[in-house]
Amino acid sequence: MDGSDEPALGDAPTLSAADAALVDDLLDGSHRALARVITKIENRTPGYRAIVSALHEHTGGADVVGITGSPGAGKSTLVDKLAAAYRDRGDTVGVIAVDPSSPYTGGAVLGDRIRMGSNVGDMDVFFRSMSARGQLGGLSTATADAVKALDAFGKDVVILETVGAGQNEVDVVRTADTVAVLVQPGSGDDVQTLKAGILEIGDVFVVNKADMDGAQRTVAELEEMVHRREGGTTGRDAGHHGAASMASTGAGGSGAGRRDAGRAGSSAGEAGDAAGVADDEDGESWTPEVLETVANTGDGVATLIETFDAHAAYLRESGEIAATERRRYAEEIRTLVRADVGALATDEIERRGGIDRLAERVRDRETDPYAVAEAIVGPIADCVEETGRRERDD
Amino acid sequence: MSAEQQERAVRCLVAKVGLDGHDRGAHVIARAFRDAGFEVVYSGLHRAPDDIVQAAVQEDVDVLGISILSGAHNTLVPKVIEGLKQYDAFDDTLVLVGGIIPDEDEADLKELGVAEVFGPGTPMEETIEFIRNNVPERA
Repeated sequence: MDGSDEPALGDAPTLSAADAALVDDLLDGSHRALARVITKIENRTPGYRAIVSALHEHTGGADVVGITGSPGAGKSTLVDKLAAAYRDRGDTVGVIAVDPSSPYTGGAVLGDRIRMGSNVGDMDVFFRSMSARGQLGGLSTATADAVKALDAFGKDVVILETVGAGQNEVDVVRTADTVAVLVQPGSGDDVQTLKAGILEIGDVFVVNKADMDGAQRTVAELEEMVHRREGGTTGRDAGHHGAASMASTGAGGSGAGRRDAGRAGSSAGEAGDAAGVADDEDGESWTPEVLETVANTGDGVATLIETFDAHAAYLRESGEIAATERRRYAEEIRTLVRADVGALATDEIERRGGIDRLAERVRDRETDPYAVAEAIVGPIADCVEETGRRERDD
Repeated sequence: MSAEQQERAVRCLVAKVGLDGHDRGAHVIARAFRDAGFEVVYSGLHRAPDDIVQAAVQEDVDVLGISILSGAHNTLVPKVIEGLKQYDAFDDTLVLVGGIIPDEDEADLKELGVAEVFGPGTPMEETIEFIRNNVPERA
């Protein structure tokens, strides 16, 4: 890094000649190049960052829909039917399906492809399985980058499918513009619904297998939850709290702040988000829909797609899309910076004999964890501060 | 700045082509590959050669393992290999065939570009070892 440039913005990483050709091939519509780029993203092959950088300006054309829910809720079957329906109306589709990997061997069986029966032989449905590879935080970056590759390739719709099991998956699905949470009938009582943080991120709730017993009850419970979540935002309740007080408390996680509190994560309460909450007060906010589908037969799929379209239109018309994108990129930048700084620290730990040796020295009471952390991070912090001072002086 | 670690995993497509309806072996293989730390995509039963090619290209697999018990390998495997070549994907895909393949057919398949044929009773470790030693290097 040279300190003479604008301090805030760096240049894009430089593409190697081979990678530049790969990017050109991808933009020209080569499936092979698209597949290879996603592999490089997954493997973090040197140079992948320059590739994603180069693709960035070609993105923004695709509607990105995230589908999440517990294992067995029928996500893959529904994604298959969605892809087929989008194809029927002439859209091209990309699908990224994330499956868990074994924490012991790192291996994985990526089984969602089996269910893509309606779309076999149709290259305009580009289906790609990704393994979680045990990455904490890194998975959302990798999937977001893979979505960019599909978007730059020219896909009209990108569907992101992931098991809604934990924070990792919530991060992944948050990189979508529209999030659908799949619930199967009888999947729990009210307490379960309260527990599951995943329910806070849904723009659409889908009770799949709606032909099963108990479907109506699950629909009713979700309606009830959505209604409660909406809280004071509806017109008739507005007098209760008043818009101003809602705006100030919104980021705290209840009532009007639902979208922002649910999505912004660590950035809740920042100026941009607060403004978003205030806008929502004007009755412009999106009320999550509760829909029923039977993925096996395709029942309800058309309505679901209409709802996705309606949500995309809402995002555009309300201006919410700008806030959503800003939030997403902010999260991406944070994740990248954290990962890079973490990697620097990891290298430093290696240089000092490795984590096991350091732990052993702590165990022997030679040193303590805080001292070790200080020793590793201190020089990095000094270096950052030094660079900052030099840039200010320039 | 590239302080990040590379995360290379061997990706395999375990594929059932054609009409035979027996995939117990394919399941066992998929599981063993997973336990060996590979990422395994399973195609499901009754796939046409084109479907397999589509999956292999999109998933960008290092290894394509085709399981055939029906005796149709002489018609199906060449179609898969032809398809991979069309997508420019043949050169860096290790193509393996598992199943009941007569010796003279095995020679023909290898002539076509199949890297190895594994008959019934092949120890799983042998297949895994073969993959580890022969997986194509990627740029």
